[in-house]
Amino acid sequence: MLEMIVASSIKVIIVMLAVLTGCAYATYMERKVVAFMQHRIGPSYAGPYGLLQPIADAIKMAFKEDVVPDKVERITYALAPIASFVPSLLVFAVVPFSADFTLVGRQVTGVISDLNIGILFVFAITSLGVYGIVLAGWSSGSKYSLMGGIRSSAQMISYEISYGLSIVGVILIANTLSLRQLVEQQDTILHWYIWKQPLGFLLYLTCAIAETNRLPFDLPEAESELVGGYHTEYSSFRFAMFFIGEYANMIAVSCVGTTLFFGGWQGPFLPAGLSVIWFVIKVFCFMFFYIWLRATFPRFRYDQLMNFGWKVLFPLAVVNLLVTGLIVLW
Amino acid sequence: MKEILKALINVFLKMPQGFVVTLKHVFKKPVTLDYPREKKPMAPRYRGRHYLERYEDGTERCVCCGLCAAACPADAIYMEPEETPNGERKAKVYEINLLRCIFCGFCEEACPEEAIFLGQEYEFSDFNRDSFIWRKEDMLVPHPRKDNPFKRIIRRVRRVYGVPDAAR
Repeated sequence: MLEMIVASSIKVIIVMLAVLTGCAYATYMERKVVAFMQHRIGPSYAGPYGLLQPIADAIKMAFKEDVVPDKVERITYALAPIASFVPSLLVFAVVPFSADFTLVGRQVTGVISDLNIGILFVFAITSLGVYGIVLAGWSSGSKYSLMGGIRSSAQMISYEISYGLSIVGVILIANTLSLRQLVEQQDTILHWYIWKQPLGFLLYLTCAIAETNRLPFDLPEAESELVGGYHTEYSSFRFAMFFIGEYANMIAVSCVGTTLFFGGWQGPFLPAGLSVIWFVIKVFCFMFFYIWLRATFPRFRYDQLMNFGWKVLFPLAVVNLLVTGLIVLW
Repeated sequence: MKEILKALINVFLKMPQGFVVTLKHVFKKPVTLDYPREKKPMAPRYRGRHYLERYEDGTERCVCCGLCAAACPADAIYMEPEETPNGERKAKVYEINLLRCIFCGFCEEACPEEAIFLGQEYEFSDFNRDSFIWRKEDMLVPHPRKDNPFKRIIRRVRRVYGVPDAAR
């Protein structure tokens, strides 16, 4: 029992550190890649090639004054960043990072908690993240924040159903809800679920972008219209929590996508102990796609987004589900 | 149905085109500079900071005639003359107020002695207003000589009309 607690704690710490560092360097990667796509140089001052820029940003954030406007609902205002930050990190509890391997004579599982309803947990938790945004928008006492919050809730309603339905196809084929078993089923590149569920993957990708409030679906924080959207009135570390939460969410969604459609840590050449490298490479590709998308397409309009969610994504998700169900049945 | 078809056409036919465009641009050379560490060479006739010239023997070229101050549209030049021991005229005080100066280069064109010209430097920031009033000593510093096409014309005109070249 004690051994299990210690092992889990160590894994939690490692994953936590990895994810937070990943978030920090996701911002660096985003700034660099977008800069290159726009013929710029990007951050280049802190450290060689600006590699220490995320650390400089973190220090700056931590030492800034925490300005709280007069007209905020204090308790909700204080809770909102936490409500958006914590769920984004909770997802990593069930994501399988690597194959099981033996380390100094002990069997180590490559996942913090092998929940048998892993996917359900992931989707329950990621949907909670929107509360942070809505509450932040409502409690800030500012019109821009409020509009960001409203947009976020509207966006969530339009996307959440398709988001959930898009992965049901995979679950139907795999006949399991455990992420670890899902990965084990996709043992070669031909068994990846993207080949069996291409439409499901496209739907997942689209909805995941909306879920994480990234361009072109970043309506809740549309800088050009709403100043900063739901986090307009936040500063200092509270803002940093939103910011890290957003990037952690991106990484989480990439991890889940990798697990569901690209075989997670499965890959040739590497021993079980190093299979995490394949996982990181796949997640990295996902992240690059996110940034690439951001640099390429403009933001959707509010009503376009609703139309798109209800009239395109939802019917497609239902059709995908029906067809998959029929094929599985026959 | 129409919307779904449109969306699918966008996803499979149009969006890849957009992605290709941005990906192509990753491999192009950035148009911006890593500014303070890397500077763009200015155009040869760029008008930056002021320099005062000396003759080869070290005496100042400026004779404090006041033509530059007269030509200056921003009224940025102030000067007071004095007499050297061997009876020549030179500037005792020669000040340029860089906060007034518009870097038009008229002083350079007006100067009959080719004593003043505008160099390539353009970074003037400082912490107090006084330091923007440049004195004679600030401008009488060694510098890379700039070839002035106007002066070349003037020298040729002088040669044609037999006027002794002020430069020598």
